[in-house]
Amino acid sequence: MELSYLQLDALREVGNIGAGNAATALSQILNKKITMNVPRVFFLPFSQVPDVVGGAENIVAGVYLKVSGDVSGSLLFLLPEESALALVSMLVGGDKKSRLGLSELDKSALMEIGNILSGAFLNALGNFSNLIFLPSIPGLALDMAGAVLSTVLIETGEKSDQALVIETDFVDEDTSIKGHIFLLPDPVSLKVLLKAIGENVDG
Amino acid sequence: MGKVIRVGMADLGIAKCPDSLLTAGLGSCVGVCLYDSVAKVGGLAHIMLPDSNSARSKENPAKFADTAIPLTIEKMSKEGAVKKRIVAKIAGGAQMFSFSNGSDIMKIGERNINAVKRILKELGIALVAESTGGNYGRTIELKTDTGILTIRTIDHGTWEI
Repeated sequence: MELSYLQLDALREVGNIGAGNAATALSQILNKKITMNVPRVFFLPFSQVPDVVGGAENIVAGVYLKVSGDVSGSLLFLLPEESALALVSMLVGGDKKSRLGLSELDKSALMEIGNILSGAFLNALGNFSNLIFLPSIPGLALDMAGAVLSTVLIETGEKSDQALVIETDFVDEDTSIKGHIFLLPDPVSLKVLLKAIGENVDG
Repeated sequence: MGKVIRVGMADLGIAKCPDSLLTAGLGSCVGVCLYDSVAKVGGLAHIMLPDSNSARSKENPAKFADTAIPLTIEKMSKEGAVKKRIVAKIAGGAQMFSFSNGSDIMKIGERNINAVKRILKELGIALVAESTGGNYGRTIELKTDTGILTIRTIDHGTWEI
C-alpha cells in the first residue's frame, strides 16, 4: 500500500495527538516533565520491526492492548528493561527492582500504566477523528523485544505483509524513563482512519 | 567456524555445513528447523501463522506453516538434501502476554504449534525434538555440522536439543 505525503503527515499528526495526551497523563502520574519526539510513521516488513527498538534480543517490557470499535488494531507500550524497572519503583515505591524480583503488584502497576496511557492516547484520537476506539484489557510481557513485538504483529500478519507503525519516543526530565508507543492499525481500518482525519485535515 | 545466517520473522533460510542458521526473539511464532544429517544441509523457517488459506495476504509463503515448510524442503533439496532423510526440530509457540483476568485471546502460539506438527506429519517428516509453549521468548540456532539446535532464553537458561 502506498501512502501520499499528506496521508503520512496526517498519520504523524495522529501519533502526535495521541502520544501528546499520553505524555501529559504520564507526567501527571509521575509529577515529572515528559518530552516526546515527533512521531515516525513507516511501513516495514515484519522482520525489520524489532530494529526500531534496538534489536530482537533486547529485553523490554511490553503492555499490549487490542483496539476495537470503528478502528481495529493494536496499541503497544514498549519500555527498555531499565526504564520499566525505574517506572515500577516510582509508582510502587521501595528499592530499585530487578526483573525477576517483580511482584504481582509491580506487574499490575505496569499494566495499569499501560491502561491509563492507552486510554489517554485513544481518547485524544477519538476526539480528533470522531471515531470510536475501544481498548481491551492490557496484557504484559517482559522478554525479548522480538518475541514481544512478533506476537503483536501476528494480528496484522493475517491481512498484510507489512506493518504500518506509528511510533513515538518519550523521555522524562532526568532520562530515567524512555519508551515507545506503537499504534498498529489493521490495514482495513487504516482507510477508515485516513478518511476520518482527512476531513479534519481538509477542514 | 562457519558463518551464522540470520533468519527474520516471516522468513526462511537454508545453510550447508559448516554454517548455522539463527533466528532471534521467537515469541508466538514457531521456528521450524529441518535437517538432513547425511548431506549436512539445514533449513529454518520462522513462521507467524498456521494457515495461508484463512489469510487475505498470501504474498509471502514464509509466513505460514502450510506454505513455508514445503518451500523449505524444496530449497534444501536443491542443496543436496533428500526429503526422506530430513528430520525436524521445532521451538517457539509461546503465549507471551499475561492478562490480568487470565484471558486467553492470544492463543496463536498453540495454533501455530499444532499446525506445524500436522503439516510435518502430512509430509512424512519425523519430529525428533521440540521446545514449545511456555510464556517466554526464545532465540534458536541450528548447527548444520551436527544438527544440534541451541535454545537461548532470558530467564530460563540455554540448552540444546
